Amino acid sequence: MEQLRILTQSIEQPESWTLRTPQAQGGYEAASKAIKEYPPDELIELIKKSGLRGRGGAGFPTGMKWSFVPKNLPKPTYLVCNADESEPGTFKDRLLIERTPHQIIAGMIIASHALRVRTAFIYIRGEMILGARRLQEAIDEAYAEGCLGKNLLGSGMDLDIILFVGAGAYICGEETALLESLEGKRGQPRLKPPFPATVGLYGCPTVINNVETLCNLPHIVANGADWYTAMGTEKSPGPRLFSVSGHVKRRGVYELPMGVPLGELIFEYAGGIRDGHRFKAVIPGGSSVPVLGERHLDVRMDFESLQQAGSLLGSAGVIVMDETTCMVSAALNLLHFYWHESCGKCTPCREGTGWFVKTLHRIEGGHGRLEDLDLLLDVSDNIKGKTFCPFGDAAVTPVESMLRLFRDDFEQHIVKRRCVSAA
Amino acid sequence: MGVEAELRERMEVTAARFPQRLSAIIPILYLVQQQYGHVTTEGMELAAEVLGTTPAFIDSVASFYTMLYRQPVGKYVLQVCRTLPCALMGAEEVVACLQEKLGIQPGETTPDQLFTLATVECLAACHVAPLMMVNEVYKVHLDPAKLDAIIDECKHGTTPHSDAIY
Repeated sequence: MEQLRILTQSIEQPESWTLRTPQAQGGYEAASKAIKEYPPDELIELIKKSGLRGRGGAGFPTGMKWSFVPKNLPKPTYLVCNADESEPGTFKDRLLIERTPHQIIAGMIIASHALRVRTAFIYIRGEMILGARRLQEAIDEAYAEGCLGKNLLGSGMDLDIILFVGAGAYICGEETALLESLEGKRGQPRLKPPFPATVGLYGCPTVINNVETLCNLPHIVANGADWYTAMGTEKSPGPRLFSVSGHVKRRGVYELPMGVPLGELIFEYAGGIRDGHRFKAVIPGGSSVPVLGERHLDVRMDFESLQQAGSLLGSAGVIVMDETTCMVSAALNLLHFYWHESCGKCTPCREGTGWFVKTLHRIEGGHGRLEDLDLLLDVSDNIKGKTFCPFGDAAVTPVESMLRLFRDDFEQHIVKRRCVSAA
Repeated sequence: MGVEAELRERMEVTAARFPQRLSAIIPILYLVQQQYGHVTTEGMELAAEVLGTTPAFIDSVASFYTMLYRQPVGKYVLQVCRTLPCALMGAEEVVACLQEKLGIQPGETTPDQLFTLATVECLAACHVAPLMMVNEVYKVHLDPAKLDAIIDECKHGTTPHSDAIY
């Protein structure tokens, strides 16, 4: 039942957000070690060897992402820390931002050394008022103590970090939309390729890494790749921050090795379902991944196992629902989210999410027809794979997966013209 | 120095922080909003001058982001999170309760300009649901009694203290 204390090592300490904590000190020591002991290319090799995969959602190998940046271009290379945490059910980056901002800065120094970056950005969502304040204070403190700026940590390296506060748009968590927003435009995704590694911010090579991803770096540098791969599974190594929400007794963030069984996470760490109720369904990786049911509780929480079980690890935001939850209303709730947050650039997504909402609303209100279920799947087929960015595919996921696993909820709503889930 | 001259100067300082000045649009529109309560037409015209672009382009950006208000809002903006993890914990009841107490629907402002009620999407604090933001302050684990107390505080002109999320 013990949790890991790696990224969350000092979060319980008073004023854990200041430079004077062991975690902050350890982070800058690791950054110093990275600069002194690893030439950039060897540092990229170390991160490749560690098997670290992106914690934002896609799970792409971080070292490989870094190695796509072309070398010896006359243009600068930029690093952007993606702190635009907005995936429904995910609140682990907020913990790292509010409680250990120096760990993020240390990770950014390490990444900047590997990528020869001299100017880096942190894009934080506008609603994170305290987080933005803590980050700016930490950046100021780091400059004052010689941990940022010219000749940082006495290493000869220069790095500036600019904090950018967003203004409310889920899509800006998608990396090319984030870059558009950072350039002062509407946050609408770009067509890929070219990928940001070659054409990113201001047309220059750019690497975008999630907050949690960056926080892993000081620990890998300090303890080595072998230490890191000893945690988790072969293809999904390391610790992971799981955000658990919904109908459990102890909602919160749990730091555990990748591959922890889903049932253990829900019933042991999070204390199980609230009193007097029983488990019905779980979305294991943020709202954009397929829902799972009771027969999936043995699945291990790593990228491969969840994919085999028909879902995805995504952002590791675990939303738990008990028997009072109606899947029609859950689907409607999430589709309202996707409809509201669709950036409007691609017609299938902009219009299709509206169709979803209208049709689900009709079913929820007891006015649905059985043909509506086919209509939902038809709309789904017209969005999937037909949009610039993964948002379209994400939007169809709640509808498709909830219909597949809980078709009865939908049919009952239509036939009996009311909800049969006991609320 | 006049209000506008001072605002222009702060815009200039903000624009100079970025490798390319246009990157400063959002930070500069936040300055306008702090000054006037919402993003005004005059504020956008000034931003366009400072950044060397058109007011229409500024408006196209401003209208994309939900935290930039293009219309006047109440003194206290109540933003209730409505997305699934909050909905499972009773967000609908919170919205219904506020609608009844304030006599307005989401998206509306009370006639005395004191409250604007809005529903928003996931605020990334699902472990303390249901929750809302009151301007820049978070209020969590909401129930009718707590909502009463928050509304009372606002009516007495004091901004509630932020609850701890972590």
